[in-house]
Amino acid sequence: MNTKPFILFLLMIFALSSCSSALTRVKPFERGNLANPLMADRDPLFSAMSMHVYFSRESSFGGGGVGGGGCGCN
Amino acid sequence: MKNLISIIGLISLSCFSLKAAEPAIGSALPALSGLLPGAKLPKTAGKVVLVDFWASWCAPCKASFPTMARLHQKYAAKGLVIIGIGVDDDIKDYQGFVAKYPVGFTLVHDAKQTAAGFFNPPTMPTSYLIDRSGKITHIHKGFKGAKTETEYTQEIEALLGK
Repeated sequence: MNTKPFILFLLMIFALSSCSSALTRVKPFERGNLANPLMADRDPLFSAMSMHVYFSRESSFGGGGVGGGGCGCN
Repeated sequence: MKNLISIIGLISLSCFSLKAAEPAIGSALPALSGLLPGAKLPKTAGKVVLVDFWASWCAPCKASFPTMARLHQKYAAKGLVIIGIGVDDDIKDYQGFVAKYPVGFTLVHDAKQTAAGFFNPPTMPTSYLIDRSGKITHIHKGFKGAKTETEYTQEIEALLGK
């Protein structure tokens, strides 16, 4: 069995996994823009009505936002 | 093939090197003057120091300021030094907050987030309590009102008494 591709594969996983933790996360002190009130749902009633119209037309709902926003404080 | 493996190895090592060892309980307080160039910092040698990371957009940080001000009033004469490090991207946000919530202790702006990057606070606010010998003895993650204030008071009194 040729072990070189396997070793190469392991090294690539090792390299990519170490990069992911260091490069992709927004640190708690970098969340200023995410904490901006403009990023929040400013009119819950309007959002609810919009989602209702969307549901009526598309027969589906959800997908109106993403997780991980906000200040993330405490 | 060997070259390829060594290149991947190097990339991997460089990624690991991005994660610097952050200050923990028992480790020495790093030189803040090096992390905050140009900032007017008080003398901390032989004092009990409270280093607090805050931001204008952080509601618990806002809530913690009156507590910090009380601690400063009560213990500054006994040897407590509080340094509040603001991590706002925009200096106008920092200045606006400082003007709105005046306090007696030292406030500095970490303009390039160098100190925050080094300390890597796990949440906002995070504060580090340092004893007279310069070692970190407590790390407070977040601010939970009276509960945190009581903890601060007990810990500071114990450290000042040593």
